[in-house]
Amino acid sequence: MTATVEHTANIGRPLRRTEDARLLTGQTQWTDNIKLPGVLHMTLVRSPVAHARITSVDKSAAEAMPNVVAVFTAADLGELNARVPCVWPVTDDIVMPEFPALAIDEVRHVGDVVAAVLATDAASAEDALEGVHVEYDTLPAVGDMEAALAEGAPLVHSSAGTNQCYTMNMPCGDYAAAKAAADVVVSRRFIQQRMIASPMEPRAVAVSPMGTSGELTIWSATQVPHVLRVLLALSTGIPENRIRVIAPDVGGGFGSKLQVYREEILALVLANKLGRPVKWTETRSENMVATHHGRGQIQDVEVAATKDGILKGLKVTLTADMGAYLQIITPGIPLLGMFMYNGIYKMDAYDFSCTGVFTTKTPTDAYRGAGRPESTYAIERIMDELAAEIGMDPLELRRKNWITHEEFPYTTVAGLTYDTGNYEAATARALELFGYDEMRAEQKRRRDSGDVVQLGIGISTFTEMCGLAPSRTLGALKYVAGGWENCTIRVLPLGKVELVTGTSPHGQGHVTAWSQIASDVLGVPVEDIEVIHGDTARAPYGMDTYGSRSLAVGGQAILRAGEKVVEKAKLIAAHQMEANPDDLEFVDGAFRVKGDPERSTTIQAVAFEAFTAHNLPDGMEPTLSGESTVDPADFSFPHGTHLAAIEVDTETGKATVRKYVCVDDVGVQINPMIVEGQVHGGIAQGIGQALYEGAVYDDDGNLLTATLADYLIPGAPDLPSFITDSTVTPSTTHPLGTKGVGEAGTIASTPAIINGVVDALRHLGVTDVTMPATPETVWRTIATAQSGAQA
Amino acid sequence: MIPATFDYVRPDSLADAVSALSGGGEDAKVLAGGQSLMPMLRVRLSAPTLLVDCSRLSELRGISDDGDAIVIGAATPHHDVMHDPLVMAHAPLVARTTAMVADPATRHRGTFGGSLAHADPAGDLPTVSLVLGAQMVLAGPDGRRTVGASDFFVDYFTTALEPDEILVSVRIPKLGVGWGYDYQKFHRTAQAWAIVGVAAAVRRENGTIAEARVGLTNMAASPGRAAATEAALVGAAATDDGIAAAAAHAADGTNPTSDLHAKADFRQHLARVLTGRAVRVATGV
Repeated sequence: MTATVEHTANIGRPLRRTEDARLLTGQTQWTDNIKLPGVLHMTLVRSPVAHARITSVDKSAAEAMPNVVAVFTAADLGELNARVPCVWPVTDDIVMPEFPALAIDEVRHVGDVVAAVLATDAASAEDALEGVHVEYDTLPAVGDMEAALAEGAPLVHSSAGTNQCYTMNMPCGDYAAAKAAADVVVSRRFIQQRMIASPMEPRAVAVSPMGTSGELTIWSATQVPHVLRVLLALSTGIPENRIRVIAPDVGGGFGSKLQVYREEILALVLANKLGRPVKWTETRSENMVATHHGRGQIQDVEVAATKDGILKGLKVTLTADMGAYLQIITPGIPLLGMFMYNGIYKMDAYDFSCTGVFTTKTPTDAYRGAGRPESTYAIERIMDELAAEIGMDPLELRRKNWITHEEFPYTTVAGLTYDTGNYEAATARALELFGYDEMRAEQKRRRDSGDVVQLGIGISTFTEMCGLAPSRTLGALKYVAGGWENCTIRVLPLGKVELVTGTSPHGQGHVTAWSQIASDVLGVPVEDIEVIHGDTARAPYGMDTYGSRSLAVGGQAILRAGEKVVEKAKLIAAHQMEANPDDLEFVDGAFRVKGDPERSTTIQAVAFEAFTAHNLPDGMEPTLSGESTVDPADFSFPHGTHLAAIEVDTETGKATVRKYVCVDDVGVQINPMIVEGQVHGGIAQGIGQALYEGAVYDDDGNLLTATLADYLIPGAPDLPSFITDSTVTPSTTHPLGTKGVGEAGTIASTPAIINGVVDALRHLGVTDVTMPATPETVWRTIATAQSGAQA
Repeated sequence: MIPATFDYVRPDSLADAVSALSGGGEDAKVLAGGQSLMPMLRVRLSAPTLLVDCSRLSELRGISDDGDAIVIGAATPHHDVMHDPLVMAHAPLVARTTAMVADPATRHRGTFGGSLAHADPAGDLPTVSLVLGAQMVLAGPDGRRTVGASDFFVDYFTTALEPDEILVSVRIPKLGVGWGYDYQKFHRTAQAWAIVGVAAAVRRENGTIAEARVGLTNMAASPGRAAATEAALVGAAATDDGIAAAAAHAADGTNPTSDLHAKADFRQHLARVLTGRAVRVATGV
């Protein structure tokens, strides 16, 4: 904590989100709602096959259709057919095939784009898709990752000569020695199925080439307007100062809008070429095949321990599905979990390796948690399997191996230094809320009576890393961007405040939370603060929103910018009151001479003085504002204990979450109501991966889960009322003591659920269940285990 | 997505609706609540040239008592059906099952007759209408005719309705005293279609089952009866064992589809399990 935060009237208050009235009553500006005079509506001719050579494109029928202005293929675009960028070449010898905005000669996944149609109305643009006739010469689909790596496998990119994108290894300690010293070795293969983020608002982009300074204005349903601006400039060659990106109201992202998409490139280059606005809005059907997928990994996990349950080492071998092309950080996603497979546990050695593989499927990239849910799943699942193997309660095994609260800061086997944590406290509170002993007793009763509905208890004691930073660490990882964040705070002449942030919310409630921070620093009411975001013209510097970074990094910039404002205001106040600045105290927005309560002035009054500039200290520039760009010292490490009671109907295989308790430690909370909301949504999303969701392809590379009737997302009726609580162990790497909460629920819940399903069925011989644990999968798993038991 | 172009009319009377429909030829479609048709139009799986909107025809709405039966107007929204006192009193299986159809928003728009005429093999209400011996009243250019549920459902998304006919109402016989009911819907999320569903109606006399009707959802192209189970139930003891023995035959003779949500053998297994559960509830065991 720094000296300027004298009171915490708003930090910590569960304020209702100030943005919600507008959002809930439809007073919103979604990209698709933006009306531009003379706009051309774009639709895209997408490949219906997974892999094929394009032998001909006949667009004459479409061009002759009413209201159609133009149809472009790769050949028509020529030089303008910019490449979709990838900014994370994770190894020196990574294979990075070109990803043209319009496919050149070959399509490589269902949904790949062959042509763009422009028409004066959306319906005509949709109709005209049927007028573009593409002939394909089918090539073999490449779906299975292991088959793709085999000798002689058909190639996704023939010019690459291989389907292997990269392979890398991170040995930490001597795993072979650790394994040799162990009494027990347990190994499992876990599958992280492909996930489809499915935000409520699909993607959309609108481009106007008629900016008042001659710039191209891009409205996009994106999480990353600043990143998008830079990368669109690099990709298209249009100078960055001629590109303005606005992320208006954005309806959810979950990582799927942390991207530079071909549709954004096409809308930009076509608007620039034709001198007319161009707009594209994704259909839900397109979203399933054209918006990047998440996860998609095979995890071979091996843990070595003593028979008393002391961990010796961990070995993780990943095979990661890149999909058909590399997008913004596709290769790096599996590596974001690289440092976290050891979780909260102490061990001597850890060996990590990962091989990225091309397949003829939709590209993968960030999906809520990005790498950390996968690593948490692997360690928390294998801990349960180890506990079963040595006959120990899974909680007891965790207690024996976790970092105790006295041991922080603790440098893990993977090399990260966890600053703070208190796993004992979070776990104790969770057990109390859960009724652990009674639940175990009920489980025993049901097992003994052979109840059709069996009960399992799933445990997940997780940690994760928030706020990708500092920038030099990202550089060392070959990530082509920084990890800093920017904030400018201006106190306007009449005392109202503009807070300009480089973070870019898409549903998280930043406007409220940021106002709470600034309110306390500046001593002004929350309602006097306007948060400005998501527009590169109004908020020129920023690294946007992903990886739970907005508070973990952006919050620091807000604090520092506010402190700069107060420092300057204090000098002006002291000057005008003819006092020594050191004799002033700043309380509730007022500067007071210590010991002389009659002599005081407000920050609002100082702002007016700074505006008139009639009486400022010599050499001081007029106006009252402060700007800060903060590159944090390190990650922050939220943690928590999640407990799930799962009922499994052994006749139908249906698993139901009966009770869910979590105690999260996200450090100091700015707004506990927003924290709780993030945790709720995150848990639901993690349960989605555990029990419901998963992109399924057939052998020909067709996506079978291509609608929301087949790709099932759980809704409120499918979930119990979550019981949430928190402990507060302030982060020492963040001046406010905050960590991050955007992904915690998703990271923690998936292994808790599957551990619960397996625990319910372990007495039947079940030792794992593939995700999603659908009724049919569970039913077959039980049947297989039972037939194995009888044989 | 945006549907392909179509013409749209909203007639003021059933007669006008029938004549609009017959004038529209093979590619004309009736629009009621739109909860099934509109999604198909939007993904362009269906591209009719004319939509005849019957959602506001008062002749097609409402529920009445017709002595030994109740009559449900085809365009009565699900929400109204499941809360109607006549339905709750004389066809509680309809009320119970309708409450499991989709979600509240869909139930306010979607109609009872619409879900029958749509004839989705995963639809719940076709099975219930079959089990209850419902009679469908159809209106066409040549007047009205009545078709029993067992003849009404023909194939996937296909009914006995001719292209120029409109489903007007559904007559559901009152079953009288001594009957118990249940519908077991097995699905993965609350709003999802049934992977398998089982409707049971059982009349108990003393300690035995006197009459039993068991209908299966999504075990074939259209709803069917579990004949072997029904036969085994009649005269069986109203006990767990008696019911279990009969339920073991629920999938006899079925050849269900294999899809993303269930392969055929899992569907058959579910049919047996759910039949046991539905009959137990209906029998009060």
